[in-house]
Amino acid sequence: MMLSGWGRFPRIDCQVTRPLTEDALRAQVAKGGLIARGNGRAYGDSALSPGNTVDMRGFRHMLAFDAATGVLTVEAGVLLGDVISAFLPRGWFPPVTPGTKFVTIGGMIAADVHGKNHHKHGSFGQFVDWIDVMGADGAVTRCSRHENPELFGWTLGGMGLTGVILRAAFRLTRVETAWIRQTMIPAPDLDAAMAAFEASGDATYSVAWIDCLRLGDGLGRSLVMLGEHATFAELKLPEKRDPLLAPKRRRLTVPFDLPGFLLNGATLRAFNALYYNQGARNAGESLVDWDSYFYPLDAILGWNRSYGRKGFAQFQCALPLASSRQGLQALLKAIAAAGMGSFLAVLKRFGPQDSRFSFPMEGYTLALDFPVNRGTLALLDRLDRITLDHGGRFYLAKDSRMRAETLRAADPRVAGFLEMRGADARAETFTSAQSKRLTL
Amino acid sequence: MSTPGPVLILGGRSDIGRAVAHAFAAKGHPIQLAARGAASLETSRKDMELRHGVSVTLHEFDALDMAGQAGFIDALPALPEIVVCAVGLLGDQYDDERDFDAATRVMRSNFEAPANILGLFANRFETRGTGTLVGISSVAGDRGRASNYIYGSAKAGFTAYLSGLRNRLARKGIHVVTVKPGFVATSMTAGMDLPEKLTAAPEMLGEKIVQAVERRRNVIYVKPVWALVMLIIRNIPEAVFKKTSI
Repeated sequence: MMLSGWGRFPRIDCQVTRPLTEDALRAQVAKGGLIARGNGRAYGDSALSPGNTVDMRGFRHMLAFDAATGVLTVEAGVLLGDVISAFLPRGWFPPVTPGTKFVTIGGMIAADVHGKNHHKHGSFGQFVDWIDVMGADGAVTRCSRHENPELFGWTLGGMGLTGVILRAAFRLTRVETAWIRQTMIPAPDLDAAMAAFEASGDATYSVAWIDCLRLGDGLGRSLVMLGEHATFAELKLPEKRDPLLAPKRRRLTVPFDLPGFLLNGATLRAFNALYYNQGARNAGESLVDWDSYFYPLDAILGWNRSYGRKGFAQFQCALPLASSRQGLQALLKAIAAAGMGSFLAVLKRFGPQDSRFSFPMEGYTLALDFPVNRGTLALLDRLDRITLDHGGRFYLAKDSRMRAETLRAADPRVAGFLEMRGADARAETFTSAQSKRLTL
Repeated sequence: MSTPGPVLILGGRSDIGRAVAHAFAAKGHPIQLAARGAASLETSRKDMELRHGVSVTLHEFDALDMAGQAGFIDALPALPEIVVCAVGLLGDQYDDERDFDAATRVMRSNFEAPANILGLFANRFETRGTGTLVGISSVAGDRGRASNYIYGSAKAGFTAYLSGLRNRLARKGIHVVTVKPGFVATSMTAGMDLPEKLTAAPEMLGEKIVQAVERRRNVIYVKPVWALVMLIIRNIPEAVFKKTSI
C-alpha cells in the first residue's frame, strides 16, 4: 500500500504487516529489510521500508504499573495519548512529551524524543529503565543502563535500526493537576528571545514560537512560553473540584487536501503578524489545560493535509550554544529572504545531552516546515549548509530529504553507529527508506 | 447514578470483543471476558485493569458446547448487568459450500450458539427484572448473497432471534440491542482493501455499542451510511438481484 510519514512526503509503496504475536513478528524479522512503524508520526521516511514495514500497533498492551515508583511497563505500540488518558486521572504524567500525543512509546524511544522540558530533564531516554529489543536472529534481548548497555544506548535515538523495540519500562512523573501555569513573554527579536530562554533555565517547560519571515530589526521575534504544572492550590473553582480532569477540547478535522497556493509568503506574513500581536497582548500568566498546552495541533486532526497534496518537509536542527546566535541569525535570514516558511516555527533551548545517537545537544534547536516544491528543497539544502557551518546537527525523525554526506559531516557519531549496525546482521535485517538514503 | 454493573463479553478474544470491553471499562464497568482458552487473555486482562482501573475477570467459554452453557453462567462471579455476544465465525464461503461440516460450524457459531446463550441470559434477566442483551449480528444477514450466504443466513437467523427476544422482553424491563457493524478494520480483515468510508475502527464500534445501550437503541448500524446501503440492497427486485455480484 502507498505509505508516507506525517509530512506525506515521500510516498512509497510498502508491504505492510501487522503481527499480533512475537512469533509472527519473528517471521517478519527473518525476511530482513524490515522497519518497525508506530503511529506514523515521524515526518519523512524513517518508518517506511518498501519490502517489509511492520505496523507495531498490534502490540498495544499496558503490562504493569508500580504506583510507588511511577514505573509503567508497556508494549511498544501503546499510544502516548492512551498513557495520559489512563494515568493523568491518577496524578501521573509522561516525563517527556513531544508535540503530539499520537505517537507510540516505541516510536518515542526510537527517535529519543524531547519536549519543552529538555533544558531541565533531557530527552525521553533519561526516563526509560529498560527496553526489550528483538534482534536479527529473532531473539529478544533486555537492555538497560546496566544490562547490555551498548544496545540500550544505540537503541535510544537509533530510529529502529538496532532491532525491533518490543516492550519498555519508563518512569511517569507526579502531577497535582491537569493544568499548566503558562507565562507568555513577547520577544521583539532573536536576542530578546534568547535572553528570555537564558533567564528562565529554572522553568520546567519553555518553548518559543518564532516568526521566521521577519527581516531586519524584528528578525527572530518570538513569543516565549514558559510553563509549570499548576499545583492544586493554584487552581480556582470550578477546576478545583476535579483537578486532574480537563475539559474535552473540540476537535476539527481537515477533511481534504487544501490547495498548496493557500500557504504563500503573503498569507504567512499576515498570519504571523496577527499571531505575534495577539500573543503580545496576552503577555503574562494564564492557566492552560494540558491538552491545549502540550498538543495544540492535535486538536486539528489531519493538519498535515493543510500543506496540499505534495506534502511538506520539516527542518529541525540543533546548534551548539557557542554558535547558536550566529547560526540562528543566518538560518532566519536565509528563510525570510526566500519568503518561505511556516506558522509552525519553533525555537527551543536544549540542555546538556550525553547519549550515543540522540539528536539533542546543548544549545538551541529550530524547527519549521515547508510545503514540498523545488524552491523549498533548494532552500533546505542551504539550511543544511548553514547548520554544518555552525557545528549543528539534524533530527532524523523530521528528515525526509537530507543527503548522506550531510549527515556524516554533521555527526561524527555515524561511524560508531555503523560499526554497531555491522555486528549481528543488523545492517541487512533492519532498514528503512531513510537508512538507505542516508547509507546508515 | 449507582456503580456501573458488570459487563460480560462473550468472544472476548476478538478485536471487536476487546474494543467493546475497553469502551465499557472506560465507563467504569467491571468486565467479565469469556473466550475459549481464556487463560491466555491474561495480558489483555491486565491491560484493561491498568487503563481503566476496573476489575476484569477471565472465564473459560466454548460457545459451541451447548451442554456447558448453563454451567458457564452459574459459574460467573455475578450475573452480569449487560451481556455482549461477539461470538462469530466468518468461514470461507467457497470451501464451506463443499464441506458441510465446516458450513455447519459457521451456521452454529453465528446462530445456534449465540442465540442459545443469550436465550439463557434472557430467562435469568427476566427473573431478575433488569438487564441488557447485545447481539453483534451483521449486515450480511440483511440479504443472502452468493459471496457469503452461509455466514449471512446464520446472521439473518440471529437478527430475527434478537428481534423476537426484544419483542418478548420489551414489557419486562429487559432491553435487547442488535448491532450490524458493516466492515470493521480488525486483524481478521488486515490486508483486505476495505472502502474507507464504509469501514469502522473497532474502537468506534465499541463506543457506538456503549451509546446504544445507554440510549436503549434497538437496531444500530455502526456507520449510518450502511443503513442506506442495505436499504438499497434489500429493495433490489429479486429478478435483478440474482444476476448481480455484490
